[in-house]
Amino acid sequence: MAIIEARKLTKIFGNDPKKAIPLLDKGWSKDKILAETKLTVGVNQAEFSIEEGEIFVIMGLSGSGKSTLVRLLNRLIEPTAGQLLFSGQDVMKMNAEQLRDFRRKNIGMVFQKFALFPHRTVLRNAEYGLEVQGIVKKERKEMAMRSLELVGLKGWEDSYPEQLSGGMQQRVGLARGLANDPDILLMDEAFSALDPLIRKDMQDELLELQSQMKKTIIFITHDLDEALRIGDRIALMKDGRIVQIGTPEDILMQPANEYVERFVEDVDLSKVLTASHVMEKAETITLDKGPRVALQFMRERGVSSLYAVDKSMKLLGIVTADDAARAIKENLKLEDTLMREDIPIVSPDAVLNELFELMGNIRLPVAVTDDNGRLKGVVIKGAVLAALAGNTNVVTEGGDNHESA
Amino acid sequence: MNLPKIPLSDWIETLEEWLENNLSPLFDFIKLIIGGTVEGLNNALDWLPTLAVIIIFSALAWYIGKWKMGVFTAIGLLIIDNLQLWSQTMQTLSLVLTAAFISILIGIPIGILIARYNGLQRVITPVLDFMQTMPAFVYLLPAVTFFSLGVVPGVISSIIFAIPPTIRLTNLGIRQVPAELVEAADAFGSTPGQKLIKLQLPIALPTIMAGVNQTIMLSLSMVVIASMVGAQGVGATVYRAVTQVKTGIGFEAGLAIVILAIILDRLTQQVIKRSKA
Ligand SMILES: Nc1ncnc2c1ncn2[C@@H]1O[C@H](COP(=O)(O)OP(=O)(O)OP(=O)(O)O)[C@@H](O)[C@H]1O
Ligand SMILES: [Mg+2]
Repeated sequence: MAIIEARKLTKIFGNDPKKAIPLLDKGWSKDKILAETKLTVGVNQAEFSIEEGEIFVIMGLSGSGKSTLVRLLNRLIEPTAGQLLFSGQDVMKMNAEQLRDFRRKNIGMVFQKFALFPHRTVLRNAEYGLEVQGIVKKERKEMAMRSLELVGLKGWEDSYPEQLSGGMQQRVGLARGLANDPDILLMDEAFSALDPLIRKDMQDELLELQSQMKKTIIFITHDLDEALRIGDRIALMKDGRIVQIGTPEDILMQPANEYVERFVEDVDLSKVLTASHVMEKAETITLDKGPRVALQFMRERGVSSLYAVDKSMKLLGIVTADDAARAIKENLKLEDTLMREDIPIVSPDAVLNELFELMGNIRLPVAVTDDNGRLKGVVIKGAVLAALAGNTNVVTEGGDNHESA
Repeated sequence: MNLPKIPLSDWIETLEEWLENNLSPLFDFIKLIIGGTVEGLNNALDWLPTLAVIIIFSALAWYIGKWKMGVFTAIGLLIIDNLQLWSQTMQTLSLVLTAAFISILIGIPIGILIARYNGLQRVITPVLDFMQTMPAFVYLLPAVTFFSLGVVPGVISSIIFAIPPTIRLTNLGIRQVPAELVEAADAFGSTPGQKLIKLQLPIALPTIMAGVNQTIMLSLSMVVIASMVGAQGVGATVYRAVTQVKTGIGFEAGLAIVILAIILDRLTQQVIKRSKA
């Protein structure tokens, strides 16, 4: 079961907001509704479900409704219409007490401007969520300390927020959000106020934390690079509406409409696309075959070398046409002339940037192998160049192999 | 214009009469409490030797402020004693502290309430404006009707005149707590009470204390007026000096009030500074 499920979740700002609902059904735009009714569409009939353990990124331009949408999920903003389920429970039917309990135990939040309590120390900030639950001092201190350690703030517990740098302050925000061990963490542009290098560190740390703790994270950003870096899936919003939901690859390679296309056109593909996107099927041979067969294969397939693999596709080496010919002449086995060293290899996750550097120096294609040394495909220079030039046909072919969580 | 005059004064007097006839047990109770507080405080200050009081206040000033505060307090109180205005000044202090204390006790909760409910704020704000602009003398008359002559109507009219800043600044302080902090407190599932105690009041404290400071100063400014209905103290000395045209005595008593004002002002200012840190 999805941990969060939203059905036609809608927020209209203004007086008598319900009267805009039928207009949304009729397909009126946000601008038209504002002009005719003075009502502002915050979120327009959002439909999505989020799986447990997923990092779900909500992206969009300023004013597209990201903050509103994320606040509907813990009802900091009351939805105007629609349905919202948390593990099957109807969040909108919760009374004040149940809602508080939901916020205390199930759903934490990290804020763009940190929103730390200035009159409390780092430790007491991290303790806040536990304190309001009525957890006794000793226990909540332990839990908060663990959380601070997790974000690398051990030793800072007695400082006040104003004494810390922005990056450290947001770590406190993160620790506070994690201290009560919620199932879901909402992060509204949590890293936007940080400078780029620290921001990247924080993204890495978040991914690291995520791999340990397996939280469901709903992360808002207006930065595509950030979305692509950390998102398992991305929802793109425009004028309150979700225009596309998909994996980073989907968004990049099959933009649903012009808006998404414009959003992604400035992406530096060399930092986003990976070897698995551009690789092609490798021509292989097993070593029980003879050199004549190898030469025959090469002729048939129009290549000048083959990858030698075992039955489980583990890469053993390369057989070139020259070597095969030499083996026939000198009556050797394929194995004896096999080139085993200096084979350029990358992992499927290597970004094109790295590939490009590697390929500058050598003439051979680059083999793509997984952690177990199994051959997944091969990257040739032309494909990399084509991908960087934005030729998506080349890219999508190879992209099929990529596993997306 | 020849329209008949609105019988506003008749109405007010009818209301006054009705209140007096129907609520007099309540007024007696209030009188007992306020009178008892002022008297108890005054007795305590009276019972202690003058020097002990001076030392206690100076030490307190030193502790809260800097050593300069302590020295100023000691010298100021010694001057008052030297002018032979000691017991009057202590009576005045009892009156002012009681009025301020009750103002805080009532004013802060009202401030909290109007910060929470916009509708209530819209009702209370004009009432506060009214209370502060109406000449304070006017409160004396009904206060005397309900509480008879003495210190109690003095305290009551001081409270009415001095309570608005505490209410206003409590309201303001709470409303000025950054929305994102309130949102964070909500996001972690705080009850309204937890939000108030753990976030809003601590953040609003310096502003609330500024209101308390003004309240104390305003009740001090009422002491001469309060003496007109029989409240004892330096206020009464000033009042008598004015009616008997005794400039010198009036000046001495006025100086005692000024010294008291400076001490109380600086002490509360220090508390504000500390609550900001
Ligand atoms: N309290 C409010 N009252 C009225 N309109 C609001 C309110 N909050 C948000 N809106 C409107 O709802 C729309 C969505 O705003 P929202 O803050 O969710 O956008 P956002 O995508 O988070 O933008 P940003 O990237 O600037 O944070 C905007 O048109 C905004 O003006
Ligand atoms: Mg926003």
